[in-house]
Amino acid sequence: MSQMGPPHGGASMPPQKAKDFKGTFRRLVSYLKPRRKKLAAVFLVAILSTVFTIIGPKIMGMAITELFEGAYGQLQGAPGAGIDFGVIGQLLALLAGLYVFSSLFSYIQQYMMSTVAQDTVYDLRQDVNKKLEKLPLKYFDGRANGETLSRMTNDIDTIGSTLQQSLTQFITSIVTIIGIFVMMLTISPLLTLIAVVTLPLSLFVIGPILKKSQKYFASQQKNLGHLNGHVEEMYTGHQVVKAFGHEAKSNEQFDAVNEELYNAGRKAQFISGIIMPMMTLIGNLSYVLISIVGGILVTQRAISIGDIQAFITYSKQFTQPITQTANIANIVQSTIAAAERVFELLDEEEEVKEVTTSVLERAKGAVAFRDVDFGYGNELLIEKMNIDVSPGQTVAIVGPTGAGKTTLINLLMRFYELNAGRILIDGLDSRDMSRHELRQNFGMVLQDTWLFNGTIRDNIAYGKTGATEEQVRDAAKAAHADHFIRTLPDGYDTILNQEVSNISQGQKQLLTIARAILADPPIMILDEATSSVDTRTEIFIQKAMSELMDGRTSFVIAHRLSTIKDADLILVMDQGKVIEQGTHQQLLDKDGFYADLYQSQFTAKLAV
Amino acid sequence: MIKVLKNLSPYKWIVWGVVALVFAQSMAELFLPTLMADIIDNGVVKGNIPYIWEIGGWMLLVSAIGAVASVFASFYSSKAAMGLGRDLRQKVFKHVGQFSLQEFDEVGTASLITRTTNDINQIQQVTIMMLRMVISAPIMLVGGIIMAVSKDAKLSLVIIGAMPVLVIAVMLILKYGIPLFQQVQKRLDGLNLVVRENLTGIRVIRAFNRETEEKARLQKANRELADVSIRVNKVMAFMMPTMMLVMNMTVVAVIWFGGIRISNGAMQIGDLMAFIQYVMMIMFALLMASFMFVMIPRAAVSAKRINEVLEMQPAFKDDGTAKADRSRGTLEFENVTFHYPGAEEPALSNISFTAKPGEITALIGGTGSGKTTLVNLVPRFYEASSGTIRVNGVDIREASQQEVRSKIGFVPQKSVLFTGTIAENIRFGKQDASDQEMKQAASTAQATEFIDQIKGGYTAPIEQGGSNLSGGQKQRLSIARALIRKPDLYIFDDSFSALDFKTDAKLRRALKDETKNATVLLVAQRVSTVVDADRIIVLEKGKMVGMGTHKELLESNKVYREIALSQLSEEEIA
Repeated sequence: MSQMGPPHGGASMPPQKAKDFKGTFRRLVSYLKPRRKKLAAVFLVAILSTVFTIIGPKIMGMAITELFEGAYGQLQGAPGAGIDFGVIGQLLALLAGLYVFSSLFSYIQQYMMSTVAQDTVYDLRQDVNKKLEKLPLKYFDGRANGETLSRMTNDIDTIGSTLQQSLTQFITSIVTIIGIFVMMLTISPLLTLIAVVTLPLSLFVIGPILKKSQKYFASQQKNLGHLNGHVEEMYTGHQVVKAFGHEAKSNEQFDAVNEELYNAGRKAQFISGIIMPMMTLIGNLSYVLISIVGGILVTQRAISIGDIQAFITYSKQFTQPITQTANIANIVQSTIAAAERVFELLDEEEEVKEVTTSVLERAKGAVAFRDVDFGYGNELLIEKMNIDVSPGQTVAIVGPTGAGKTTLINLLMRFYELNAGRILIDGLDSRDMSRHELRQNFGMVLQDTWLFNGTIRDNIAYGKTGATEEQVRDAAKAAHADHFIRTLPDGYDTILNQEVSNISQGQKQLLTIARAILADPPIMILDEATSSVDTRTEIFIQKAMSELMDGRTSFVIAHRLSTIKDADLILVMDQGKVIEQGTHQQLLDKDGFYADLYQSQFTAKLAV
Repeated sequence: MIKVLKNLSPYKWIVWGVVALVFAQSMAELFLPTLMADIIDNGVVKGNIPYIWEIGGWMLLVSAIGAVASVFASFYSSKAAMGLGRDLRQKVFKHVGQFSLQEFDEVGTASLITRTTNDINQIQQVTIMMLRMVISAPIMLVGGIIMAVSKDAKLSLVIIGAMPVLVIAVMLILKYGIPLFQQVQKRLDGLNLVVRENLTGIRVIRAFNRETEEKARLQKANRELADVSIRVNKVMAFMMPTMMLVMNMTVVAVIWFGGIRISNGAMQIGDLMAFIQYVMMIMFALLMASFMFVMIPRAAVSAKRINEVLEMQPAFKDDGTAKADRSRGTLEFENVTFHYPGAEEPALSNISFTAKPGEITALIGGTGSGKTTLVNLVPRFYEASSGTIRVNGVDIREASQQEVRSKIGFVPQKSVLFTGTIAENIRFGKQDASDQEMKQAASTAQATEFIDQIKGGYTAPIEQGGSNLSGGQKQRLSIARALIRKPDLYIFDDSFSALDFKTDAKLRRALKDETKNATVLLVAQRVSTVVDADRIIVLEKGKMVGMGTHKELLESNKVYREIALSQLSEEEIA
């Protein structure tokens, strides 16, 4: 977190701009509303703390004047003159008191703000969390998961740290600027003029530097991206690079990018590095001028000596809040941009509302398509599709890889909405029942297994809320998974790690089958593909799958000829479209795509 | 950390220059309050206005010198730190380039990437901070104390008293804060994990109607993160107020005791004012120094990770010089045994076979049976523990790795493509290949059809990792890349898995003509891809449990029969 790091040079990446600044800002503010009382209190103590800090130097100055005058009188030998420690003591006690309260208030402010900020962050995340449930599959398929993830974590985090630090900083900076300005004026308008004149000077000097440094930082960032990309490619492709003797070329490319990064980085760091000395120089300039002019004013008795001390302190404190507010402008920009991305997500179109006129407890398993039209975009992939599947029948889906077999799953489970037509389950329109009920009747075993970071037991039990230990074991046994699970050191309590790399691909598939068995749905969707699975596990998977299909209506993404031949209906898909349908024999007789596919598969074997 | 910083040695004069410049700048900074004290004591008190102007002029000069020094310091520190980063990156990248797969396995590719990129960036960042601020902190600290003592030694006792208070306070806060920060990171990772699981598993979650449970899981992760974030911020809330309080109280004490000193005539008012400013400088220097304690451990972790890589030596040397062209198109394994480092059981034991030009040798067996390990030994990605491998009749240890690999067309299990065009990716196999050769390779690999369909054809860009192509398309390009070399030895490591059976069959037919004078080594999962191989080697747990043709093995080999039965129905086997 940035508050721990050392102060920045003041240069950062150019901020991203929000499209609708005002609207987003207002909406973000609305998240703070439930906490407005606390927030008001935070602002109040922040202001108090700042005011106390600002009064400090003035009182210190008074103490020093008192000292000086006493000492001066002593020096002149005036009768009864001397330092009045009573007065000084009182002033210092007051000063100490002010400082104690200032620190206390500043602590209270940060303490309270941490709750305000983090609770707001929590609320925002909860809203996103709730939203995720309502978004249609279309949303998730349409963009990279990393993007949604980054909105939910990084963007909300940005908002949080801005609330935590920058919001109060902004308030205190403003109060400080005004307060110091007023205090300086009360001491000496002339000195104030000197202090204030140096301000535009600093903006004048720093502005162009800042702009330049942003440019160099952007170029540094770009080059860093190139370099990281190259390293990533060369390391992951290490084997291929070596196999084809590309080491020298790869090194050459690396050196070129590395050199560019060096040059951009050197410039960026140099430019950002001179901002601080420039600021210091300008600060010192006003320090010197104040010392000189202040000194002259004191000799003329226009101000007291303590005032110089106070004024020097003020002028040193003056530049900081100003650079801070300049920075905050950038921070606010990127925060609003982050908030906008989060709100965009919150405003995404939601799934079509459910209608629950039909009730489907447990289907028998009849599935029918009636004049179904469907397409992801404008182009229809499925047109006027009609099929009838009786309970217990098997439908094989066949076609080259990437032929869009997930489309069918998307429609059956109502992950996507139809363009036209109806899908009937046991004669009931699937849109007339709740999604919950519909999906309860479907089971899914796909090639890309999805398991989560938890125990094997929990992963199997995922299929059925409140499943007993015995049910889990029975399902595992039926899926031929019980044996391998029990050979693991922790058995059913084995925790699958984050990447789920502690069990093999085939074992993962067995677990998902167990999960489906436990859920016991009347209709199954299966993917027979078993790549990177060892042959023995594959045998288990096949056995488990055929047991799973037994007595259920099954839609199988088929890879095995025996499955295809025995299927009651074959749907042939190519490039996302269902191009042929029928039984094995019907399709062979038709002598179309399927027949071609079938024959080409067999030419290899005829040679034996 | 120190070892990594030794890489600064080419820049040692620059670094010394930076130290000298920072020293000059700090001195200038420290000198200003003394000059101001002179203005007060000799100018203001005595009413000597010309003196005020004179000293004021000196002050301007001093601060200008300070500014110039720090601009140069910034220039040279950037040069040194970025140079260090550049050199380190180059060193690590070149070093990693020499690694065999063994070292890659040991460290992990992802970890090697972060070590070459993020870790080095971290070091670079910390180096620049150190050169800019951290070296100035001790100088300011010592200088400030010296100046303070020179102004008034007795009053300096106040500072001596305040310093430990500040240091202890900061340490205490950090002691409680840092573990909490780590916990925040951990919980953030936890939230990330749950969100990622929710996004990748969205279909499963919905299919099993588990939205409510998932929502609760997310909420829990969210709550936990919020709670610990609140706690850490509450602890960190102590930081600034405490530091300000200690500093301000020190100043109050200085004024009080300074007043007494002035009253005794032991000190002048200007000196007291200078003293107050020194107190602030000392405290800020301390603050900087405390950041050093936060920064250096972080950088030290990175440094350690980088050193681990640099200290790791490739497991075997590349010092062969022979030409690998004695009898072309042959591959021979003679009693080859291979152990992964630290493994009890050999991954391969006693493998022997000879393959002649025009022959197809297929490897089949379960996961972990050693198929991929075997093919990886041929281009010397790993070194066999014992036994001899001959490519083109030459022991691969007697020729250079470059020479051996130039004879091989390797198609890995995972098709790796690189950023660039399709043409560039195919030419990866032979950089000076003509268009004709490239198109020929693409056509044999059955890639022409989809390349023609893509906008831009051969000049179409491929994104990092080939993410804009399907698995089958990537596989075909990866095959074309090997074909274009016209090598003496082809290695296909389960390279047809993403192809549908029609393309698979066509490709196989086209390959037959292409590999007439070469030998083919093929790893397969499916029996249907090996039925027409000249020689099938059945591997189980690293041992050869059978070798022969499909027919022979089907009759004589139990393991093979079991595999075949699981994949083909009875009629298909016959």
